[in-house]
Amino acid sequence: MKYLLFSGCSIPQKENAYELSARKVSDKLGIELVDFKGANCCGFFLESVDHLSAQVLAARDLCLAEEAGLDIVTLCTGCFGHLTKTRNHLLEDDKLRDRVNKILKKGNREFKGSSNVKHFTQILLDEIGTEKIMETITRPLNNLKVVTHWGCHILKPSDQLHIDNPENPERLNSLIKLTKAEFVHYMEEKLCCGAPVLGVDEKLSLKILREKLASIQKVKADAIITICPFCHIHLDLNQLSIEETFSEIYEIPVLHYTQLLGLAQGFSPDELGAYENRTPVDDLLEKI
Amino acid sequence: MSQKIRSLSVNEPLKSTQLDPKFKYEVAKEPGGEGLGYCFQCGKCTATCPIRRVESIYKPRQILRAALLGLREIVLSSDVIWLCATCFSCTERCPQGVKLADVMRAIRNIAVREGYIHPFFQAQGKMISEIGRIFEDDEFINEQRADLGLPPVPIVNLEEFKKILDSTKIKELLASKGSK
Repeated sequence: MKYLLFSGCSIPQKENAYELSARKVSDKLGIELVDFKGANCCGFFLESVDHLSAQVLAARDLCLAEEAGLDIVTLCTGCFGHLTKTRNHLLEDDKLRDRVNKILKKGNREFKGSSNVKHFTQILLDEIGTEKIMETITRPLNNLKVVTHWGCHILKPSDQLHIDNPENPERLNSLIKLTKAEFVHYMEEKLCCGAPVLGVDEKLSLKILREKLASIQKVKADAIITICPFCHIHLDLNQLSIEETFSEIYEIPVLHYTQLLGLAQGFSPDELGAYENRTPVDDLLEKI
Repeated sequence: MSQKIRSLSVNEPLKSTQLDPKFKYEVAKEPGGEGLGYCFQCGKCTATCPIRRVESIYKPRQILRAALLGLREIVLSSDVIWLCATCFSCTERCPQGVKLADVMRAIRNIAVREGYIHPFFQAQGKMISEIGRIFEDDEFINEQRADLGLPPVPIVNLEEFKKILDSTKIKELLASKGSK
């Protein structure tokens, strides 16, 4: 089982622990991650400026994967969504494909559609399977109470991504149950974290985050579990901004799902980059 | 930006001369804008919107209404079109199947062509078109990654990358002086 690992822009910049823990978990499960040489930004961030250019960027990455003869696995849900939607559109729309290929030809590339795009959670659910993952659990996290923030771009738009039911993502939720951590729901579970508007209006994005954190605080969760680096930055790092802006202290640890799974597989917090997380995780780790 | 977000509300009676009846077709012609005409103004988008929840001036229903009415300049020059978080909640729940996040993107793309690019998206776009990614300073990042035993970030072949990207209109669109 071999995939090109697309780490995108946010992970190398701020969330290396996500990649580190994903690599550890992959080793344990027999997933081979190949470095994605030459990859550019997936194009998501150009969407608001020019849709076609954003699609061209994604198409270039897809071409690189085709040339390597491998499928892509992403850790970022934004990259997953944009690459997947672009691939769908290019396969469905002959005119668009011709137009994009004419542009790609300037760099001697051509989109054919032979490489697929998957999010890391899909590999866990569809390729490895919960049963096989269960066999690798050596440290059940019975004492932990966790909530999830799966994020918007892994689930929506569901008619393009086909990951799970966005109103009730039971398959994704089953990933938490594997670790034996107690899984609790909270009122604002489906609320966007607010990260995408950080650059446009920071205070506005913090107001949304604050609603989310306040709702999580009510259920007294030990940790918030994420699968998107951008959501993670906002939920974790920006708890400091919430404190500065609204004088409210939450101090709720935020773990990448791969860190949670890695802990349950017996890896040490250090091996999973747990101390790279901004909100201190010491109390949480004492419980396991 | 919070201080100067301009609302889309029109307080005086509209004259037909202020309206551009072709605007809705212009939006519908953009990829993703096709469903605009199906909007029947139920307001489910606004009710489900996380931005609306904390910013009362942002109403997706109102933006679509203004676009349908043909308030072309008001819509394109408005700050509110840049507030969509692309969470796709409205797109997912719209009873008419309007892909609102895509309509909003279509409106933004037209606004950019008309010289109303938002400075944040402009800055980010420039970075991507110059270095192929949204962050620079790979040296520092690679040191951090090496400490964790991670490989360096991929190096984009910029010569080939730019040959491709420069064949789109992105450079021209990003060169705009910003809000007209």
